[in-house]
Amino acid sequence: MVWRHMLDRLRHGPATLPAAPIDEPTTRALAERLAAASQARLGRSLAIRQIDAGSCNGCELEIQMLGGIVYDLERFGLRFVASPRHADVLLVTGPITRNMHEAVVRTWQATPDPKWVVAVGDCAIDGGVFKGSFAISGGVDAALPVDLTIRGCPPTPAQLLDGLRSLVEANGQ
Amino acid sequence: MTAEMIREAPSVACHPWSRHLLRADHWAMLAPPLELLALWADTQQVHALFHAAGEHLLASVAVTDRRYPALSPRFPAACWFERMIRDLWGHDADGGVDARPWLDHGKWGQHAPLSPRPRPSPGAPEAMEFLPVEGESLHQIPVGPVHAGIIEPGHFRFTAQGETIVRLEVRLGYLHKGTLGLMRGKSPRAAARYAARLSGDSTVAHSLAFAHAAEAVCGTQAPPRAAALRAVMAELERLANHLGDCGAIAGDTGFAPLPARLGWQREAVLRAAGAAFGHRLMMDCVIPGGVQSDIAPGGAEAILQVLAGLDAELPDLLRIYENYASVVDRMVGTGVVGGEIAARFAPGGVVGRACGRAGDLRRSPGYAPYDKLAFGVPVHNAGDVGARMQVRIEEIAESAHLVRMLLAELPEGALSLPLPLASGEGIGWAEGFRGDIWHWLRLDGGQIASVFLRDPSWLHWPLLESAVRGNIVADFPLCNKSFNCSYSGVDL
Repeated sequence: MVWRHMLDRLRHGPATLPAAPIDEPTTRALAERLAAASQARLGRSLAIRQIDAGSCNGCELEIQMLGGIVYDLERFGLRFVASPRHADVLLVTGPITRNMHEAVVRTWQATPDPKWVVAVGDCAIDGGVFKGSFAISGGVDAALPVDLTIRGCPPTPAQLLDGLRSLVEANGQ
Repeated sequence: MTAEMIREAPSVACHPWSRHLLRADHWAMLAPPLELLALWADTQQVHALFHAAGEHLLASVAVTDRRYPALSPRFPAACWFERMIRDLWGHDADGGVDARPWLDHGKWGQHAPLSPRPRPSPGAPEAMEFLPVEGESLHQIPVGPVHAGIIEPGHFRFTAQGETIVRLEVRLGYLHKGTLGLMRGKSPRAAARYAARLSGDSTVAHSLAFAHAAEAVCGTQAPPRAAALRAVMAELERLANHLGDCGAIAGDTGFAPLPARLGWQREAVLRAAGAAFGHRLMMDCVIPGGVQSDIAPGGAEAILQVLAGLDAELPDLLRIYENYASVVDRMVGTGVVGGEIAARFAPGGVVGRACGRAGDLRRSPGYAPYDKLAFGVPVHNAGDVGARMQVRIEEIAESAHLVRMLLAELPEGALSLPLPLASGEGIGWAEGFRGDIWHWLRLDGGQIASVFLRDPSWLHWPLLESAVRGNIVADFPLCNKSFNCSYSGVDL
């Protein structure tokens, strides 16, 4: 049964979206920052560890789509890993809640250098609608040094992919 | 008997059901067969929503000297609520079975943030205390709050004997964002943004329950076109989530074709939603009074095209799933919620309908436009992972059917009505993809004075703790995924 299905899929070609061009200015800015930091080259492959630091789970829904066959993150050398110890990039969503603050910092400390922090979603940038709450520390920069932000509530998988590919490109330059 | 006691107590105006203020001794006598659906508070009273023989009852008790009689000795589901009420409002449950903190991890710099005068919290947070475990050859596995996948944070403390889970204790609260406090002092329109962000995967359903509550207070009803568009969005949300969940459950058995193809179908639904309503998750599209905007030109066609694609592929995919004995074998008999414990926790939604509880808020108490639509509510009795999968599979077909019916006869007319500046109380509900969502709010001169948002997961999480007992640790992800509880939804 499954074989027939697979053959059918083979006949029609992959469902994966063709890759769009990468945003040039973002790539350049990131490349400069990387050079300025004189960090070791990681190659054109990045391991990503996602951390929900207080999100409503909207961002997670769209990030999850990246691993599927439509966006197929791995074709760009990007992959999600289960441990911060295996990661180059921390992809952080949500405002940083006070209850998650320590866990976020400890996850960052567990990530080996060189490492990048990507703040994903409007809440991760400055707390979003939750700005001013007693229960949050602020955006991701309240806990970690942020290298790249991807806006949106939540950002679409296409926007996420653009941002992450800029990172790979900058890394390769 | 106890339902009578609630009905006979003096009533306070609340729309559409009045709320009954019980004497403390009567409150302390409340017991099953009443089913406790929600427990929350304001600065002066503790409120409960009960279900009894098809009827919903609102009951309250006054808080005296920061205390009120606990319900948890007779209603196990009250336990987490009582801990939450203590952490947010500072009311202690007298005789409660668990007095440990819940949302308050000692890091807010204050205690009882929703009380009139929050007390400053003293210095360093205390270490979390877990339930004691005694016995031979037991070991503990602490997991979280940062998990291995792309999911929300929470702490799972497993006690295992070899491979077998003896106890799971879930500790949440990591996502507490002070949502209820942020909503106070805002108009329903402004506060709707928070309801929409209580749990992103249920953004439409929570926005809908919130809108229903606000409209109940104001005596307004969304125009027919808005009600129909709301239902289209709610069913698309259910479709997208069920497709994702069915794929993920199969994925957790190690079976890749299903998550791949169902993920593709989920993406198609999200795109159609984006094309029709301007946002893939349809966030902020449902507002108190109606909907934010009309369905875009070509939106209905985009949705119907996706449904046709789903019709064409789904039967094939399901045959593959059903014919793979090794996949089905992992699901059948795994993570069972028994009938007795289900009766004590009164879960709604997929978890409830997979163990024989037929409740669905779209039918009873019901809301527009479902009262005019014929649709099935699938119910299974096994209570295991397989049953929860099966309920979702059948609901996918029902939702697709509902969307087609709704789009075929979209009423013309206004998209929203302005809400008058009102004072008063109301309760609203909606059936999200997880289950029954309840929102209660009190308006004072058009501004929110007090509010509570009850996600279905409040009653599902404790059942997950129960369902994994006796299962192997390696099956936990499978069990967890089949429940798919919201963390943010209960962390508030």
